[in-house]
Amino acid sequence: MNTAISLGTLRLKNPVLVASGTFGYAEEFKNLIKVERLGALVTKTITLCPRQGNLPPRIAETPSGMLNSIGLENKGLDNFIKEKLPHLKKLDTPIVVSIAGESLNEYAELAKKLSLKGISALELNLSCPNIKAAKIKNQRGTLISQDASATYKVIKAVRRSTKKTIIAKLTPNVGDISLIARAAEDAGADSISLVNTFLAMSIDIKSKKPKLANITGGLSGPAIKPIALRMVWEVARAVKIPVVGCGGIMTASDAIEFIIAGARAVQIGTANFVNPKAATDIILGIKDYMRINKITNINKLIGSLKV
Amino acid sequence: MTSKIYQKNATIIDNFRINGGYYKLILATPEIADRIIPGQFVHIRINDKTDPLLRRPFSVHRVIKNKGKFNKGQIEILYGIVGRGTEILSKVSPKKKLDILGPLGNGFKIGSEYSTHILIAGGMGVAPLMFLAERLSKAKAKNPKQKIVVLIGAQTKRKIFCEKEFKKLGCDIRISTDDGSNGFKGRVTSQLTQILPLFKNQASMIYACGPEAMHRALALIARQNNIRAQISLETYMACGFGVCMGCTTNTSGGYKLVCKDGPVFDANDIVWPQN
Ligand SMILES: Cc1cc2nc3c(=O)[nH]c(=O)nc-3n(C[C@H](O)[C@H](O)[C@H](O)COP(=O)(O)OP(=O)(O)OC[C@H]3O[C@@H](n4cnc5c(N)ncnc54)[C@H](O)[C@@H]3O)c2cc1C
Ligand SMILES: Cc1cc2nc3c(=O)[nH]c(=O)nc-3n(C[C@H](O)[C@H](O)[C@H](O)COP(=O)(O)O)c2cc1C
Repeated sequence: MNTAISLGTLRLKNPVLVASGTFGYAEEFKNLIKVERLGALVTKTITLCPRQGNLPPRIAETPSGMLNSIGLENKGLDNFIKEKLPHLKKLDTPIVVSIAGESLNEYAELAKKLSLKGISALELNLSCPNIKAAKIKNQRGTLISQDASATYKVIKAVRRSTKKTIIAKLTPNVGDISLIARAAEDAGADSISLVNTFLAMSIDIKSKKPKLANITGGLSGPAIKPIALRMVWEVARAVKIPVVGCGGIMTASDAIEFIIAGARAVQIGTANFVNPKAATDIILGIKDYMRINKITNINKLIGSLKV
Repeated sequence: MTSKIYQKNATIIDNFRINGGYYKLILATPEIADRIIPGQFVHIRINDKTDPLLRRPFSVHRVIKNKGKFNKGQIEILYGIVGRGTEILSKVSPKKKLDILGPLGNGFKIGSEYSTHILIAGGMGVAPLMFLAERLSKAKAKNPKQKIVVLIGAQTKRKIFCEKEFKKLGCDIRISTDDGSNGFKGRVTSQLTQILPLFKNQASMIYACGPEAMHRALALIARQNNIRAQISLETYMACGFGVCMGCTTNTSGGYKLVCKDGPVFDANDIVWPQN
């Protein structure tokens, strides 16, 4: 049975990745699962300078989902290279580093400085709803991947500064996702991943206060799956580069839905919190499905939607 | 640096109602029972549905250690119903299994150099302190000069637990209730202020678990009296083992994670939110 797929020049032994921000830098998971079984792992997003993140409370549970407003807390690029990368490199699985910049130059600089051995690809977080990333456009509150031309410019700048495989991660908080995806493809992205979280909120009716200190946050988990699936299907039809599907995947059958819709790979996010074994269980489940349905090559399953 | 975390399907030995509307859950989980220390917690998946989605954290009330082949190590959890998750948990029947993660977090540091250990429980906060008292009384067996004082505060008499158990361990026990139905009438922290002069010239360490208001008041008392206090904090959590960065609390050393850096912190280090 062949479960290998490729994203740009990156070859993965199976199509299951863990999503940025839901797996840390793998340290904690190392003693819970066999990390080397993963198709690849995506690190928590790193920024050029350390970020303290948002005020607590930062999370709230919602029906079949959760809100988060972490605010990209991380110790910055230098600390990542010194403290995290050496041990990530020792893992026998491809490492995708997620990056976010506050300006075009920051994205380019991050990409250049991370063009290191042991890093397999870069995922551009163009979609975090919690930071005001709009310096590029001088427009407060807009996210890069809510704007096709900003998306194009950032990816183009990153493309010039690295030979690594580039995965552009998009926000779903847009009207026409295909438009943004095409801009990413035109700018030279090797792959597109979606979705990041949906902008959302929740209120405590006793205190009349928002449940998150940040008022709004990103919704993830099973609650978003049908919307994420629809968007992945739309993007897979709109671009030629491979699409990585993400959003509310808890089980192998959820993952298989995304693959049938056209995703070449999938990312597991919130499920890692609920069940640390979720991603490795999903890999086994996909293999079972292929065996039962006599599918010898995963590539036959990708985009096999019957309409 | 990260110590081993186990994910286990633990068999429920018992899950029953005690007085005051509280419950006890006993789980067979030898790996965790053998390793967990007072103040550490386990993260329990309440059911296999997607709603409620997240696990629920509970500290360990007691440990029954591994004794040979047939007597598997068990942990006991004392919990109250506060919402949907704990409501569902209260209805799970024995012999079923629960997916649990643990041991998680950093527990209480037992200061063997201290001669007086003062344990302060507010309401449900008595849960981890019973386990701590058991460990402290073992240390006391070796060093009989040590004193263990336990202050339990609750709204009313019905919600006072473990009085007998603490006594059995040789603890000096003081009760307070908001309505005066048992012991001192008033807050547990007021009772603490009242009795502190008794321990003035002894090296004392405070260990506490309770609601935020109690922790705040206690932090102030500890500072004013120059006594070290460890407190066990509660926050909402998603992962429980340090990856989601959701359960942040503010400290003098910057943001810390309650699940991984805590849940036990030095009271002096916490920067309390304004409200
Ligand atoms: C480290 C740790 C140890 C704990 N140990 C115990 C224990 O030994 N026994 C026990 O009964 N409980 C303990 N708790 C609290 C327990 O986790 C919550 O009561 C439980 O998660 C509530 O779930 P629920 O679905 O019933 O309530 P929800 O529906 O989630 O909440 C109901 C209400 O309870 C309050 N609440 C819920 N969770 C928390 C929380 N984590 N912190 C503060 N307020 C909260 C909220 O104000 C909310 O309005 C502990 C929490 C932590 C973080
Ligand atoms: C607590 C939390 C932190 C996250 N942090 C990041 C991040 O740093 N960078 C990023 O690109 N996405 C981040 N995400 C988004 C996830 O990677 C994923 O796109 C999203 O949660 C949807 O997938 P899911 O429903 O499977 O979780 C985060 C999500 C959660 C829940």
